Amino acid sequence: MLTTEEIQKIEHEISLVPTRKNACIEALKIVQHNRGWISDESLKDVAEVVDMSPAELDSVATFYNLIFRRPVGRHVILLCDSISCYVMGYEGIRDHLYTALNIQYGQTTADGRFTLLPNCCLGTCDCAPALMIDNDLYRNLTVDQLDEILTKYT
Amino acid sequence: MELPLTQYIVPGRKPLSLKEYEKVGGYQSVRKILKAMTPIEVQTLVKDSDLKGRGGAGFNTGLKWSFVPMGPEAATPKYLVANADEMEPGTFKDRLLLEGNPHQLIEGMIVAAYAIQATISYVFLRWAYKLAAQEITKAIQEAQEAGYLGENILGSGFNLEMHLHTGVGRYMCGEETALLNALEGKRANPRAKPPFPQVSGLYGKPTIVNNVETLCNLPHIINNGVDWFKSLSKSEDTGTKLYGVSGRVKTPGCWELPIGTTIREILEDYAGGMLDGYLFKGLLPGGASTDFLVEEHLDLPMDYGSIQAAGSRMGTGTMIILDDQTCPVGFVHNLQHFFAQESCGFCTPCREGLPWVEKILLALDRGEGKPEHLLTLDFHTKYLGPGNTFCALAPGAMEPLQSALKYFREDFERHIHEHHCPWSKVWQPSI
Repeated sequence: MLTTEEIQKIEHEISLVPTRKNACIEALKIVQHNRGWISDESLKDVAEVVDMSPAELDSVATFYNLIFRRPVGRHVILLCDSISCYVMGYEGIRDHLYTALNIQYGQTTADGRFTLLPNCCLGTCDCAPALMIDNDLYRNLTVDQLDEILTKYT
Repeated sequence: MELPLTQYIVPGRKPLSLKEYEKVGGYQSVRKILKAMTPIEVQTLVKDSDLKGRGGAGFNTGLKWSFVPMGPEAATPKYLVANADEMEPGTFKDRLLLEGNPHQLIEGMIVAAYAIQATISYVFLRWAYKLAAQEITKAIQEAQEAGYLGENILGSGFNLEMHLHTGVGRYMCGEETALLNALEGKRANPRAKPPFPQVSGLYGKPTIVNNVETLCNLPHIINNGVDWFKSLSKSEDTGTKLYGVSGRVKTPGCWELPIGTTIREILEDYAGGMLDGYLFKGLLPGGASTDFLVEEHLDLPMDYGSIQAAGSRMGTGTMIILDDQTCPVGFVHNLQHFFAQESCGFCTPCREGLPWVEKILLALDRGEGKPEHLLTLDFHTKYLGPGNTFCALAPGAMEPLQSALKYFREDFERHIHEHHCPWSKVWQPSI
């Protein structure tokens, strides 16, 4: 069930576009912002509000990298694995995260704190390697900074 | 050296507020066009300035606008979209403009919208640019309150609304017709052309999509004129360009310089040359989807014509350096992984071909390569090339591959003959 507040926000987005469908990505963003990810149930609920079949909405949801159709942890780590970070040795960062968090790409820590995902170029290539945790960007990373960065997220 | 786009940008410092921006001449171009120029006059001035699209295609901006239907018979509303979905790997130039001077972008968007008589505009911003999103939101609000946006702007009768749209991540959204699908809440597959967006774009209405850097040039062209704009450059292309360098150089970064500055000057004078202990081997001049250039090309001017004549493209103007201690096969494998992952899957050559290329490169890197693999790669560079796919993604992906096979073929062959990566580094996207 969507909350009244979610439905209100989605209806506002719908009011800005020609047809209800045109607001479907905004609607998914609103629900994901509240719940962290888009469950099958949320997908069906959103589909109903924006006047689409769940299958059609899922074809949109699964197209985009940042709409999560599986549960994620409280914080999502997006590690850039594109070319400049590759040249600058992001793999050391990745391997340290694997060890420190005891997870691999696509997995969530047992305490639900972090999910680790590879990500395309973050557009900060002069400061490679880089990663984002939630809305925070970290650049010019070295392995020895990582543990302290992680402690900021509970 | 006059550097209009970045003159008020100091990295790390907050961008100019509306008041501060007005004090240094901000929004003068809007006053000028609304008072004294017709939309067609603005189009003609920009066409004459020969401002070329800074997103990579290099098409004359005024000419692109001239295909928009004008006059009372034209369909409405018309739309203007700023393409701020910077996602070409190795590219970080628009971030500087978005975070550093959002009012300059808004001013440029008003000029462009007026020129085509668009009444609704969007900034299509990449999700990752959180700081830019904050700054643009604030700047749009300030511009709205000051009467530069909204109804009857500065008493001229011209109306323009502006919205910020943040994406949810997909490289395809940078292609203008795919971007329009994303804005409409659809999968970001590219659309068939014709009809071109200028005639039938967002919601089927006339639409112009321009890159952020392109739009930021407009206020300066309006204020200072065509001759001034031409005088900024060192080549037959006009104006300045944001150039960037990433990789193992001493001072990677992004700088506004006259168009036509040589690659060597950018690499040595601005990027500080290679890091100690590393040698230059090659570079991609303008993002992941451009052909390699090598030592013999370093004295070329970075402009559209010179880089094209050397078999590559200036693209976004942000160079990625390949050094002697990075395996060229791994480098290209990383690029092809990106393209394979970001293919929208709509057309078969791209959907099937790119993963095949990626698998072969991984096999080579693991020492499992066979001589015929190189022929299969050669074959793909032809069959995924221009004319064989629905959009430019796969042909773009083939540019670094075909040129790597040309300039670094020995390195590919060594992987096969020595049965392992000579750099002893096998890249695997996920382990």
